[in-house]
Amino acid sequence: MTARTVRTATAMATAAVVLASAAACSAPDDGGGPGGGTDALTVGVAQEPETLSPLLGYGKEGNSKIFDGLLTHDAQMHLKPALATHLPKVSKDGRTYTYDLRKGVTFSDGKPFTAKDVVYTYETILDKKTNNASKSELDAVDSVHAEGEHTVVFRLKYPYAAFAERTVLPIASKAVASKTNVNTGSYNTEPVGTGPYVLTSWRKGEKLSFKANPHYWGGKPKIKRFTVAVIEDDDVRATRLRSGDLDGAILPPNLAKTYEKDEDKRTFSAKTADYRAVTLPSDNPVTGDKAIRRALDLAVDRKAMVKSILNGAGKPAYGPLPTDSPWFAKGTERPHDLKAAEKILNDAGWKPGKDGVRRKDGERAAFTLWYFSGDKLRQDHALAYASDAKKAGIDVQVQAGSREVIRPKVKHDAMLLGNGFPADPDFDLYPTLHSSQAGNGWNNLAYYHDKTVDEQLDAARRSRDPETRKTAYTKVQRALAKNPGYTFLTTIDHVYVIDDKWRGLTTQVEPHDHGIGAGPWWNVQDWQPEK
Amino acid sequence: MTETDIPAAARPPRQRPARRALWGPAARLVGRRLLAAVPVLAAVTFGVFAVAAASPFDPVQQYAGSAGLNASQETLDQLRANLNVDGPFPQRWWNWLTSAVTGDFGDSTSLRQPVAQVITERLGWSVLLCAVGFAFAVLVGTVLGLAAARRRGGLLDRTVTSLSYTLEAAPPFWLGLLGIWLFALQFDVLPAGGLTDSGSDVVTASALLRHLALPALVLGISQVPWFLLYVRQGVGDALAEDAVRGARARGLSERTVLLGHALRSGLLPVLTLIGSRIPELITGALLVETVFSWPGIASATVEAATATDFPLLAALTTLATVAVLAGNLLSDLGYGLADPRVAMEEM
Repeated sequence: MTARTVRTATAMATAAVVLASAAACSAPDDGGGPGGGTDALTVGVAQEPETLSPLLGYGKEGNSKIFDGLLTHDAQMHLKPALATHLPKVSKDGRTYTYDLRKGVTFSDGKPFTAKDVVYTYETILDKKTNNASKSELDAVDSVHAEGEHTVVFRLKYPYAAFAERTVLPIASKAVASKTNVNTGSYNTEPVGTGPYVLTSWRKGEKLSFKANPHYWGGKPKIKRFTVAVIEDDDVRATRLRSGDLDGAILPPNLAKTYEKDEDKRTFSAKTADYRAVTLPSDNPVTGDKAIRRALDLAVDRKAMVKSILNGAGKPAYGPLPTDSPWFAKGTERPHDLKAAEKILNDAGWKPGKDGVRRKDGERAAFTLWYFSGDKLRQDHALAYASDAKKAGIDVQVQAGSREVIRPKVKHDAMLLGNGFPADPDFDLYPTLHSSQAGNGWNNLAYYHDKTVDEQLDAARRSRDPETRKTAYTKVQRALAKNPGYTFLTTIDHVYVIDDKWRGLTTQVEPHDHGIGAGPWWNVQDWQPEK
Repeated sequence: MTETDIPAAARPPRQRPARRALWGPAARLVGRRLLAAVPVLAAVTFGVFAVAAASPFDPVQQYAGSAGLNASQETLDQLRANLNVDGPFPQRWWNWLTSAVTGDFGDSTSLRQPVAQVITERLGWSVLLCAVGFAFAVLVGTVLGLAAARRRGGLLDRTVTSLSYTLEAAPPFWLGLLGIWLFALQFDVLPAGGLTDSGSDVVTASALLRHLALPALVLGISQVPWFLLYVRQGVGDALAEDAVRGARARGLSERTVLLGHALRSGLLPVLTLIGSRIPELITGALLVETVFSWPGIASATVEAATATDFPLLAALTTLATVAVLAGNLLSDLGYGLADPRVAMEEM
């Protein structure tokens, strides 16, 4: 054995390994590829789901593609049956919800869907060992049990009017998921559901691919292949849409504008419940002061924010509920009125100091406003807010930080908040305004406490009569206008651009978190090609 | 193999009898290095856990993502208990280490998968990218380095040398963005990222080649300069050696002199340096994979770091450490094989 032989052998081995690995990576051609057809859709989104398992929170607001809920929302956000045959029967005390299930539905692996799957899904989510960060949304559930193969009964801890809205939550397959580790097992990446689409591949950080479920109980979708490309950067997404690599994409309003004149593309401006607001903590002597709160509420120029920050894609917000929501209390809109704001402050004894900042009893009208670093939209809102506040003689210092930095400070400092759940007013109002939620996780960060608001929020969740609820929520919004513990700034539209090849496209009222389930492709299974 | 098998022209310059005992010392060297790797790996992973403990980021918040901003405190506390992120870090490091020894690397919190699965899914793509990029660098570096050394101070030499210094200073991510701008946006000949086109699922050989071209080219180009400069230096020096002068005096063809004599002896020290370039290759891949959304190990490392996914980060750091140690070992072995004056027993 010589040095030369070893060298030759090593070189040969290396070459062999390289060739073999190149060969191993190639796979047979299926003739796929993006085409101009109407039976395949490729869209670009900014956020990737962390998991595809409903047990860990995927698709909890519906439109999960792979799964169905017991109920679902139509384009107007009205509930309609999905895996249930009709809307639930609710007992007189409002604590028992009974769902009759659709018969003959199968999961994509061919196994039948039964009440056992529903019970398994809800019980697993509520299990302490399951790492589902959204499980508190099901706090009301006391127990869930099956009555035979096709009936499920939910028993609630307290009467909860909005409960049916929670049951759009996707149902997992017990047979498949229960054999895996819920938190890290294969069900997170290889889901099996009853939905209109079946996942064919998920390359994390790149894209998710779906194919139509031929046995879908709602009829086989016309769009046979659905691909969701994950592209974080807005400019790259716009470029790939222009190059034809994508058929549709979510874009910031300024980039969407460049497609307005394109005849082959349509722009959708989806209405949302996605609001931005500033928390005004009760414990801070400045932000807790009612005069300061009301003055800030009048001093901010919401219309200017919509125009300059959102490029017009949005509207002023006066509370968690968007002004076009049927639950919005008409008449609680506040004008931009700097003079009135100054008068309120003067009357309350906040007098301008030498540096232009008002003072009362030695207290300077100043506070810090935090936003999450890297969030450009919140940064823009925070800066605009500070500039408007300054005109009224209130000094707002804007600072960026991570969640870990901000969370310990929110009891004393203001924070730029973003949120919004359109399905029921309770989902936004209760966690944000009820005093029992003050400082609970990231809920009620203003530590807002108002007796009327608490009472009416409780009344509205107990009653299932729409009129009673509407009256209660109107009272909540009026009380909030009198003591605005948050300055609500804007409700943001989500803008989508898509090839004009399909008929009857719509958008729903979208939540703050808008992933695969949002956008015109919320109901891609129902799309029809343009004739 | 005996000396008579080799055509006289290709015979290397005679130094001393080539027959040496190789396997014994080499095996002992590998064994020594394996033993030395144990404390190194322990120290590196301990460092990762220490950094994790000192990190201001909260793994629970990172895990919960956007849902965490609506979660109740009870849910967040429950998550903290389930994810097992509390407790003194030496204790957590020891728990991790003892299960890692049995092959259980824990679960990735950001990808919701076992760490072992993340690595097996992605390692192949990274190895492919690095192998192609490195092969490109070695090939281009040798050819250009040889050509430059042949006419030192000539036009080609001055061009490639100054180009190499410029490239050496250019970071790979910048080259990557430049490549995307040029080939994907301006000329529209190569895709800007990913493994396949957005609308296509299956990894076909042709699509893979098209998608591999740009990242491998960028990674390769970022590795070319050092190789080129070493080859140029090595071959240049060898051209001035007695052996080469002797070969020329014997009237051998220029091609034989250049490839058979100068390149062979000039390349030997360079070959042994390849192993020590592995850390550079890994950092290069880190940047290139991120820019091109290549689904490899390196992009998972970036994700793990930004999402404070410490179980995944610890395993990937271990993997990188192993790669670097193996690279060093390979270059030492190569050195021992190539240069008879070096005794492996002394390494």
